[in-house]
Amino acid sequence: MTYGIIRKDFVIPANDFTIAGEASSCVKKMLIQLGVDPQKVKKTAISMYEAEINAVIHANGGIAEVEIDRNKILIRIKDDGPGIPDLELAMQEGYTTAPDSIREMGFGAGMGLPNMRRYADKLEIRTEVGKGTIVEITVFLTDN
Amino acid sequence: MSPYFHSVTLDEVKCKGCTNCIKRCPTEAIRVRKSKARIINERCIDCGECIRVCPYHAKKAITDSIDMINDYKYRVAIPAPSLYGQLKSAQSRDHILTALKMCGFDHVFEVARAAEIITNETIKMLEDRKFPGPLISSACPAVVRLIQVRFPNLIDNILKLKSPMEVAAKIAKDEVSRDKKIRREDIGVFFITPCAAKVTSIKAPFDKEKSFVDGAISIVDIYLRILSALGKIEKAEKLGSASYVGVRWANSGGESTALGTDKFLAVDGIHNVIAILEEIENEKLEDIDFVEALACQGGCLGGPLTVENMYVAKTVIKKFIDEAKEKKFETTSNENYHYDLVWTGKVEYMPIMKLDKDFDKAMKKLETLHDINSGLPGLDCGACGAPSCRALAEDIVRGNANETDCIFKLREKVRNLAVQMMELEEKMPPVLDRDEASEIKSKKRGDIDEG
Repeated sequence: MTYGIIRKDFVIPANDFTIAGEASSCVKKMLIQLGVDPQKVKKTAISMYEAEINAVIHANGGIAEVEIDRNKILIRIKDDGPGIPDLELAMQEGYTTAPDSIREMGFGAGMGLPNMRRYADKLEIRTEVGKGTIVEITVFLTDN
Repeated sequence: MSPYFHSVTLDEVKCKGCTNCIKRCPTEAIRVRKSKARIINERCIDCGECIRVCPYHAKKAITDSIDMINDYKYRVAIPAPSLYGQLKSAQSRDHILTALKMCGFDHVFEVARAAEIITNETIKMLEDRKFPGPLISSACPAVVRLIQVRFPNLIDNILKLKSPMEVAAKIAKDEVSRDKKIRREDIGVFFITPCAAKVTSIKAPFDKEKSFVDGAISIVDIYLRILSALGKIEKAEKLGSASYVGVRWANSGGESTALGTDKFLAVDGIHNVIAILEEIENEKLEDIDFVEALACQGGCLGGPLTVENMYVAKTVIKKFIDEAKEKKFETTSNENYHYDLVWTGKVEYMPIMKLDKDFDKAMKKLETLHDINSGLPGLDCGACGAPSCRALAEDIVRGNANETDCIFKLREKVRNLAVQMMELEEKMPPVLDRDEASEIKSKKRGDIDEG
């Protein structure tokens, strides 16, 4: 038997903190309507929000591709930004390259990637300096 | 009691079927059908927002009539602290309480006093720190319901202490039965309420325990009686037992200020509350210990069943708070009250937004919902009876509405139909066709020549 799959794409606008987070809250709404376990909704929403904000801060926005099927939620955030030179360093809590102007707004505390790792069941990051970054977040809906 | 008792109801006669309430409802719980607003029971949280916005006063709160107090031999009034803000002409809080007593009660016990007991207990809980993230006040029943239907991840954050109203009712009943030797069933305790949500919490408590309160009388209903009694007072009785800490609960921020921590956040107005709860759910407020969230703008002073303008009420209650401070009331401890203040029942998630019990079916419905939504004009005009285009799309997949409920969709269909009719109008069966132009056409077609 083939199961249905829902695909939805979102544009993450550049430099706009007020709209940033709209995609993740839209996905959150969808998951609630699907009756997904609230804990999993939360994991998805937080990790996706962090990735979204990262794309806004560091990469002039990008796109988010969301795929939901009965086994998992897959979120791919793609950007054409500067890429991450040292991924291991970037994964450390508190490490940030965000400019002061952004930190003053309460963002860029160096918790984005660590939070994604904390909440996503699977996190894959492909990045190339000068080209861009693809962050792939998976949250599993079934326990196997 | 039915699982969906609601204090907020509709006056069918007054309702014109406009879109004011559907647009403001924080849980999208209202639809207009047959030019009347219908409340979807399982979604309504009794916040009273619709009561406030209805220009025709068609939304009302079911409260108990003052005559109900006659069903009891011994009657106790327990006023919400917000009552004090309504009476600017009163000399003192004791005057208000005495006037209230004169409305037919044998005794008055301040809910503000019970609020102090809850304050002390909350301070203890904050010291123990056995909770995830910030504690969220349960003082506003509409907010607790909101969490139940929209923020399941925050159910564990709710401060699971009985409300000051329940504690006040319990103390009043205990004291009266003990001191006056009156049977408990003969004592009627009546809450003087600023809002509908409190009424619901009495008739259908969320922790499913029976309430100690026997009835709820709205401030609006009893206001004039109190006012006229105020004029007749010769000497006010000493009925006030609360300190400024309890009286201050009527204000937004009053409950939190008493906790002795700076790490609190007070938010009021249901739409603002939703924004803050989103922040908490996304773990953006981790440095906050306590969140006081009240559905009404201005807190209980802005309740839909109050009389005075909320800002005026704020100024009035300030006078009584200052008065309570001057008299050097001490924040009394809980020593004299040995009650179990913790909820015994369980608060459960009510997944009202779920499209289907079956995940695969829900997936199909969600997909259809998106398809329908993208075809709708996106004006959120409300003319279909749903608050937004997306809500209409949702109603359609749930089988509660049709695409042609959208007047733009309907108009489009009518237009297409008209175009088709115009096209058909030009076409006549050849046998009936007497038009010259069509004769020529027929000839060109090489039809049978008459000659």
